[in-house]
Amino acid sequence: MKKFLALMMTLMMVLSIAGCTVAEEAKVMTYAEYDAAEMDAEVVIEAYVQATQSWWDNKITVYAQDQDGAYFLYEMACSEEDAAKLVPGTKIKVTGYKGQWAGEIEVMDATFTFVEGADTFIAEAKDVTELLGTDELIKSQNQLVAFKGLTLEAVEYKNGEPGDDIYVTVSYNGQNYSFCVERYLTGPDTEVYKAVGELKVGDKIDVEGFLYWYEGVNTHITSVAVAQ
Amino acid sequence: MKKKLLLIVCLLSAMLLLTGCHGSRDQSAFEMPDHFDISRDYEITFWAKNDTNLTQVAIYENAIAGFEALYPNVKVNLRLYTDYGRIYNDVITNISTGTTPNVCITYPDHIATYLTGDNCVVPLDGLFDDEKYGLGGSEVRFDAPSKDEIIPKFLEECAFDGHHYAVPYMRSTEACYINKTFVEKLGYTIPETLTWDFVWEVAEAATAKDADGNYLVNGQKVMIPFIYKSTDNMMIQLLRQKGAGYSTEDGQVLIFNDTTKELLGQISTHAKTGAFSTFKISSYPANFLNAGQCIFALDSSAGATWMGSDAPLIDIAEDKLVHFETVIKPIPQYDPANPQMISQGPSMCVFNKDDPQEVLASWLFMQYMLTNDVQIAYACTEGYVPVTSKAQQSAAYQDYLSRCGEDNDMYYDIKIKASQLLLDNTHNTFVTPVFNGSASLRDAAGAMIEDVTKSTRRKKEINDEYFTKLFENMTSLYHLDATNALSGGSNADLGPLPGTAKALLGALAAAWALIILYVIKEALKARHQAK
Repeated sequence: MKKFLALMMTLMMVLSIAGCTVAEEAKVMTYAEYDAAEMDAEVVIEAYVQATQSWWDNKITVYAQDQDGAYFLYEMACSEEDAAKLVPGTKIKVTGYKGQWAGEIEVMDATFTFVEGADTFIAEAKDVTELLGTDELIKSQNQLVAFKGLTLEAVEYKNGEPGDDIYVTVSYNGQNYSFCVERYLTGPDTEVYKAVGELKVGDKIDVEGFLYWYEGVNTHITSVAVAQ
Repeated sequence: MKKKLLLIVCLLSAMLLLTGCHGSRDQSAFEMPDHFDISRDYEITFWAKNDTNLTQVAIYENAIAGFEALYPNVKVNLRLYTDYGRIYNDVITNISTGTTPNVCITYPDHIATYLTGDNCVVPLDGLFDDEKYGLGGSEVRFDAPSKDEIIPKFLEECAFDGHHYAVPYMRSTEACYINKTFVEKLGYTIPETLTWDFVWEVAEAATAKDADGNYLVNGQKVMIPFIYKSTDNMMIQLLRQKGAGYSTEDGQVLIFNDTTKELLGQISTHAKTGAFSTFKISSYPANFLNAGQCIFALDSSAGATWMGSDAPLIDIAEDKLVHFETVIKPIPQYDPANPQMISQGPSMCVFNKDDPQEVLASWLFMQYMLTNDVQIAYACTEGYVPVTSKAQQSAAYQDYLSRCGEDNDMYYDIKIKASQLLLDNTHNTFVTPVFNGSASLRDAAGAMIEDVTKSTRRKKEINDEYFTKLFENMTSLYHLDATNALSGGSNADLGPLPGTAKALLGALAAAWALIILYVIKEALKARHQAK
């Protein structure tokens, strides 16, 4: 009897320890699982940093992607020291909550760790020009994308002069779209910020950027070229 | 010779190192010059905030041009922000390097933190009263308001620690923008004075859905009946209306009380049903209101130009815009007979500089921002009110108010009604005590509402254990346990020095003693060798 009790207790102990371990190590989701998760659900993902906005107040906003989809990690907790290590290609494991802000699906209140010894991945821009104006476009949300042959309709500095965001209106097939040069991603010192400032209304342009959403498509432009 | 040179270099290095230990630059207190030296040129910087509104930017630029025309020897460089938090952060960063702007749009809460820098912000009392260059002084080259013409309640908001450290620039309050069409569709009538009970009841009624998951009130998949923009204001006003603690005048934190728990519990109840959300969680209340996806949008009166189907500024696609009748009311109340609402809006301060003439130039520019032309032009861009009776009572401003609803641009009715709301309720407004740490307390007040709303949506249990943990986290995250010790600005008694500080000072003293001993020893040695 005593032996049986001892065995039972040992088993219970082993199971409870295993239970603790399971609770601590939440399962990493595939992109499909993340995509299917409900709003406000806790999510755990692994992805590769593609770009970051400027670090501020122990927080950083990250554009991350893997081979299947992309993630916008909004104001993720991050020390200044770690922020310097979030270079494009770096693989990180992120725990946070799925949220939606003005149509943008994002991971909120996130924390992260570096995935030691992991491979790297830099996404190539996916041409989604023909998806503009369709319900299909949102399926590529947050990914690095390319648009070819857009027409520049307007360039407006948020504050009326260079320094802050630039609001860029482009058109394709007679429909206007609002894009943005996000100051904290590509500030006034960057080539793209200067290049956008030099564009002329009516220019045919090719654009690359992250497919951000703000009350509709609002690509954060990372490069622009006048179409040949 | 080499030894002497080496010694001098060592001494200089040691002195530089020791002075460097102080971290921020020491600054002498500002002393008013006898006269403004116009034979010299001055270049000053002005950090200003706009509401992502290019008309406001143009008004700043016009004001600068107007001032420079009167004072050709002063050049004003404008740096624009759209966020008070960023200005605050940049000022803090620049205090340590002695590169603060000359004039800055700010909140009194933020100035209280700036004051931890030695003589960093100029007390304005002496400048106000100066016969020549004070408010409406004899040597001022424009028609400035007198001190008495600044609305006393607004000026009082800029006084703390025994001095005025700022002047008000614009004032606003919060307002509730209501989709009247939907309220009536739900079978309710908007009362004369909005109450919390009414807002919560209608908000809950609006969460009813049909079998397909569409909200009955709008036929859409999305409806957040009540969205609050600034949750820090929400908590502050709720506590004030309830007569519950927030902080004392001298910085003692009182916010972690049973009324706060009760209020957060109520908010959680409505977050659970989807009747309530916040800007930080969902987005701008105006966008939801204009898309017919919100009934009560609570935002600043200075956000009025974005509110309603006919608003001059719309941030959603045309095909999403829904037509409805908009009504604007003061924020909901617990006691309709005794309404209370926050007073907010930008103030301006002057940073101290080594050159008192530069400070005087900055003060003159700041005073120029209080002239009627600037005040009225800026107030008309949003639901602001001018901060001087001189501007408020002017024919130009009265004409503006009287033309409410004449068009959907300059005379947009909701915007002018927002200003009128504050003009009618100035006596019902209040501000929270200002002390070093009050900005953090304000952040914590909002963060608690955000946290309880998010936690509820994330299906976490909101109970006593949650509140205990929440209060602990807020205290730690916002350093509120230290706030009381820091209250009272730079003159506060900080108590005995901690052990580490004593050890550091002891080490510094010892280092100096050793340096001096070495110098004496070397001098004696040299003298002995010379003999």
